[in-house]
Amino acid sequence: MFRLKKFSLLLVLSLLSTLSFAQEVTMADAMRESGKIYVVVAVLSLVMVGLLAYLIYIDKKVSKIESEIDKK
Amino acid sequence: MKWWKVLAIVLMLYSIIGGFLIDVPRLPILHETIRNTYFHVTLWFAMMILMTISIVNSVRYLSSGDKKHDYLANETVNIGLFFGVLGLTTGMIWAQFTWGAFWVNDVKTNGTAITLLVYFAYSVLRGSVDDPQKKARLGAVYNIFAYVMLILFLWILPRINDSLHPGNGGNPAFGSYDMDNTMRMVFYPAIIGFFLLGWWLVTLRIRLKNIQDKLVEDV
Repeated sequence: MFRLKKFSLLLVLSLLSTLSFAQEVTMADAMRESGKIYVVVAVLSLVMVGLLAYLIYIDKKVSKIESEIDKK
Repeated sequence: MKWWKVLAIVLMLYSIIGGFLIDVPRLPILHETIRNTYFHVTLWFAMMILMTISIVNSVRYLSSGDKKHDYLANETVNIGLFFGVLGLTTGMIWAQFTWGAFWVNDVKTNGTAITLLVYFAYSVLRGSVDDPQKKARLGAVYNIFAYVMLILFLWILPRINDSLHPGNGGNPAFGSYDMDNTMRMVFYPAIIGFFLLGWWLVTLRIRLKNIQDKLVEDV
């Protein structure tokens, strides 16, 4: 509950600050402050890791076929 | 595993994590989309490196006649084209939310579309010739022409005419205005990362081609 209150206070204050500094450039600050941007980064990193792991797997497979052909 | 493959993995992960979390300049219109610089612009830089490797190897093929140079020239174009299509489509998404439309008839955007078509024609040309030596020689000569078009449409014309792209038509690029030193800390590693990733794919495709050649020889 305390966290929620703190968060809504933060929200109100940040809204106030955007109102008072209307020319200020809006960024994804709320997303960063609540920490949730890290979720996106984690997801995207995992996707990248998965794709790269698949690339390594294909690379190994090609190496295996290459050595098989050379043996012949 | 070779060291540069490890480097490619490290740099790709670094550019995703750093690209999202490290501070960027606060600019109007762009807002957080300035982070696209790490993924959209770097793709084009990687494509430029690949296409440059390609033309060098096309010239080498013309003087050496070595199949190895032809394969290098051909596969760098293939992966470069792949990066180019990704660059064009990601650019369209970015344009929609900053310039107001998916296609704004910008000199550089139009030039890119023409350049990609020129390179697609390279693939069509190669595919339409059966004799491998003729295919390689024709491809090498055409590739030199294609690279000239690339330089013309992506580097010269956008600077002569007005373009919305930074660094063209009198717009600054890489200046303190739209890129600061913290951004460069992600930007340059991301270019190397994308290039190494592309190079990895190039070597894989060449290895598959060599295997295919050996199988044909055996039959």
